Amino acid sequence: MVENRPILDFLTHLVLILGMVLVAFPVYVALIAATHPASALGSGLMPLLPGGEFFRNMSLVLFSKLPGLPPFWLMVWNSTLMALLITAGKIAISIISAYAIVYFKFPGRTLAFWIIFITLMLPVEVRILPTYEVVASLGMLNSFQGLTIPLIASATATFLFRQFFMTVPDELMEAARVDGAGPLKFFWDILLPLSRTNIAALCVILFIYGWIQYLWPLLVTTNEKYYTLILGVQRLTATAEAEPQWNIIMAAVILALLPPVLIVIFMQRLFVKGLVETEK
Amino acid sequence: MDTKRTIFPNKGLPYAFIAPQLAITLIFFIWPAAQAVKASFERQDPFGLSTTFVGFSHYARLLNDPTYLAAIGRTFVFAAAVTVIAMGLGLLLAMAVSRVIRTAQFYSTMLVWPYAVAPVVAGILWWFIFNTGTGILPYMLGFFGVSWNHQLNGTHAMILIIIAASWKQVSYNFLFFLAGMQSIPQSLTEAAAIDGAGPFKRFWTIIVPLISPTSFFLFIVNVNYTMFDTFGVIAATTHGGPNQATNVLVYKVYSDGVVGLNIGSSSAQSVLLMLMVVILTFVQFRFVERRVQY
Amino acid sequence: MVRLSLAALALTLTSTTAFAQTEISWWHSMGGELGERLEAIAADFNASQSDYVVVPSYRGEYEESLVNTIAAFRAGEQPHLVQVYEVGTGTMMAAKGAVYPVYQLMADHGSNFDPSAFLPVVTGYYTDTEGNMLSMPFNSSTPILYYNKDVFEKAGLDPEVAPKTWEDIEAFGKQIVESGAAKCGFTMGYAATWLGTENVSALHNVPYGTLENGFGGLSSELTFNGPIQVRLWEKLKEWQDAGIFAYGGPAGGPDTAPKFYAQECAINMGSSAGRAGVIANAKDFEVGFGMLPYFADVEGAPQNSIIGGATLWTLTGHEDAEYEGVAKFLTYLSSPEVQAAWHQATGYLPVTQAAYELTQEQGYYEANPGSDIAIQQINLNEPTENSKGLRYGNMPQIRIVLDEELQAVLNGDKTAQEALDSAVERGNAILREFESANAQ
Repeated sequence: MVENRPILDFLTHLVLILGMVLVAFPVYVALIAATHPASALGSGLMPLLPGGEFFRNMSLVLFSKLPGLPPFWLMVWNSTLMALLITAGKIAISIISAYAIVYFKFPGRTLAFWIIFITLMLPVEVRILPTYEVVASLGMLNSFQGLTIPLIASATATFLFRQFFMTVPDELMEAARVDGAGPLKFFWDILLPLSRTNIAALCVILFIYGWIQYLWPLLVTTNEKYYTLILGVQRLTATAEAEPQWNIIMAAVILALLPPVLIVIFMQRLFVKGLVETEK
Repeated sequence: MDTKRTIFPNKGLPYAFIAPQLAITLIFFIWPAAQAVKASFERQDPFGLSTTFVGFSHYARLLNDPTYLAAIGRTFVFAAAVTVIAMGLGLLLAMAVSRVIRTAQFYSTMLVWPYAVAPVVAGILWWFIFNTGTGILPYMLGFFGVSWNHQLNGTHAMILIIIAASWKQVSYNFLFFLAGMQSIPQSLTEAAAIDGAGPFKRFWTIIVPLISPTSFFLFIVNVNYTMFDTFGVIAATTHGGPNQATNVLVYKVYSDGVVGLNIGSSSAQSVLLMLMVVILTFVQFRFVERRVQY
Repeated sequence: MVRLSLAALALTLTSTTAFAQTEISWWHSMGGELGERLEAIAADFNASQSDYVVVPSYRGEYEESLVNTIAAFRAGEQPHLVQVYEVGTGTMMAAKGAVYPVYQLMADHGSNFDPSAFLPVVTGYYTDTEGNMLSMPFNSSTPILYYNKDVFEKAGLDPEVAPKTWEDIEAFGKQIVESGAAKCGFTMGYAATWLGTENVSALHNVPYGTLENGFGGLSSELTFNGPIQVRLWEKLKEWQDAGIFAYGGPAGGPDTAPKFYAQECAINMGSSAGRAGVIANAKDFEVGFGMLPYFADVEGAPQNSIIGGATLWTLTGHEDAEYEGVAKFLTYLSSPEVQAAWHQATGYLPVTQAAYELTQEQGYYEANPGSDIAIQQINLNEPTENSKGLRYGNMPQIRIVLDEELQAVLNGDKTAQEALDSAVERGNAILREFESANAQ
């Protein structure tokens, strides 16, 4: 703070508190809805204060089999596994391709770089049917390979590692070569340990990316065994000609958004680093 | 493109290293996109049992279709509104946080978490809140004499999707503006303060020029976000209605392709959409970059 | 029920290990409670024999499920059976190389299958011009009228008399709003489509399109901009301005049921399959049932209502031994016991005469007043070419157009005639697109 201005200070905190309230409002409403019986929400105005059904609704979602859904914990496991596989896959293939681009010169290098870059411009809605056909013809429907492999190409992570490698002093590599270290040994013993923080930060962001996928899992899984939590929540709202059970849906919504939100809150530093670096 | 001054002389290794990434990109990105381009020149029944080549007729039809042209205009209004709101609020909150010291960490945490909410979940939340029968917001708006009805009132529906789309995006903009501001040396603002510049003057003369690269970056990201990633939000709230009032390009691609099963026209729309993004990015770089100080 | 669903669950978890049995995949769009019932049917079938295992899989809502099926077919990964909504019928029928017609499946695999056992309005919707049944009716419903007896009483109306005509709706609605018994007279789902054009046309015996509502060929043109349909849309706008009618959104009208449950609107019109849900949600008042209204001065009205819902289609590209199982399963599915149980649990129509009779014998209709309104309504008269159903490709797109045009009427942008003229024009363009894509 440069100087003291009480009115401005007051305004600052007012803006921040209003901002917090605004941002939290939809989730507050969801939380309240999750504490009431269905009848309080299906008709008339929804209450704004918590009711007494929170534990009943939550335990219904957590422990009983909801209509048309696999057990809750199976969906948690699927979401977690999918997010972890995507995270690990993206980091692994991006770090080695960035290494190839920065530390080697080879014919086709620029072309390869642009092919990877162009993936940024092709959102999934644009090519969903042909992509599905490819996955199906490779026999990867209903498998964790199908759920994850098509999503692990990453232009942004490749960029991040490329930018980072460019800042690594050339002397390190020269010294390694003097010591007789080959490219594999240099990568494993020097570059990888140096990238630790970047990898950790990227993990946080990519885990969230994997967790919130919806359209892709919906398309490539035909078996409830592979349902993710986000799919499950959506399925609860789609009840054909019956009325949605808002209290249960909102309880599930809270549970589905909790893991990534907790990661953001508790890994704030890594999250910010990961986000700012992957996007730039 | 740059490499290191010294490089490894190995011939095979770089190919082995880049192969996985390249293979996945070619198989799951380039090939399907090429298929979409091909399909845009064909007329095909949904099951793919018969195909005829029709040249540019899908494109010609689209460009003569008033509903498609209206969707283009609407998309720009939507993108502009979301960009202005998300960037404006993000900047305001970032400025506020950068003024406080002891509570900065707490406030940032409380402002960034919506980033981790899945778009489809965000859509479900806003759908519930704005529901004309049971939602809380229409009820509260009733006290201000507003009879909320996004099922019939196109303006209301547009406001609804703008709010729902901006909500997630505010936290993202906030974070980048904050990072931009925190990289401004403290000594610079302090020196200006000693020279007698008030907070508003300091904002315009120091902070705005120094965060302009961030703003430029965010501008592109926000426009791209509204053009593509808002699909889930619209699908969970207005479905493009009423009377097409919220039918923006990305939703139209989906509804013509997935609901309408008109694969040719939908593919042509995808291709046009890709072209628009490329042109937009190009224009942004050319015209905005000049005024941006790095 | 609990035991059955546990069995279904155990089955989905262990199905991959059952090597000896032939697996039959069944994609469906029944979420929530309905999905549970559907899975129970599959589990019961699986328990009844040991050669085949039917594996149901929820594939999203009807639109999503259809596009998933198409994508799967193009990739050679299609299921044996898929549930397709009635407006997808035209698309499926045109896909000659992709579907294995049910009549042929049954003939090839020796099941004694009698199409005449099905209710005429149900089969009419799903047979080709030669009278062959192409898909298996599974969940069919028809719109009916629900009303709030308590509000009727408060407004000074006889709670035991349901409104019969649109004139009744207007008069009752006025009385309800003016007496302050409720905020609005009535609301309705599918206001522009299933109710507001399709069933209005059928009930007044006027065409929806040329060539027997599309049954006669792909070159059919839409004609739903006639005086009857225009009259209803004009009235809807008038009633909305007078507070008698409240619009509940496009497609199925997501806000109609909540308005009815909240006692905001005294009358709701919607699918008969919502019956169980309506009774469960109407906690503070008593529900009455009635048929869809008609204009009293139109001769021949009410004709009969048409159905909606979905049927099961068999897809090509599988082994003969598997189709054997599909035929067995479909036979099981249409047995009176299974059909009657499904009908009673869900509110969908019993699709066979035997299931209807069995339900009667069990005394279900007497114990549940109003539960036979739907079946009476589809059987009011022998269906005519205007009332046996619709057969159009790209029908989902036409429904979207109609929703948009009704919205333009209700927010004052267009007159009813302008809107329906424009809907016909846009709809015909969509039909020509479908015709040229499917011309062989």
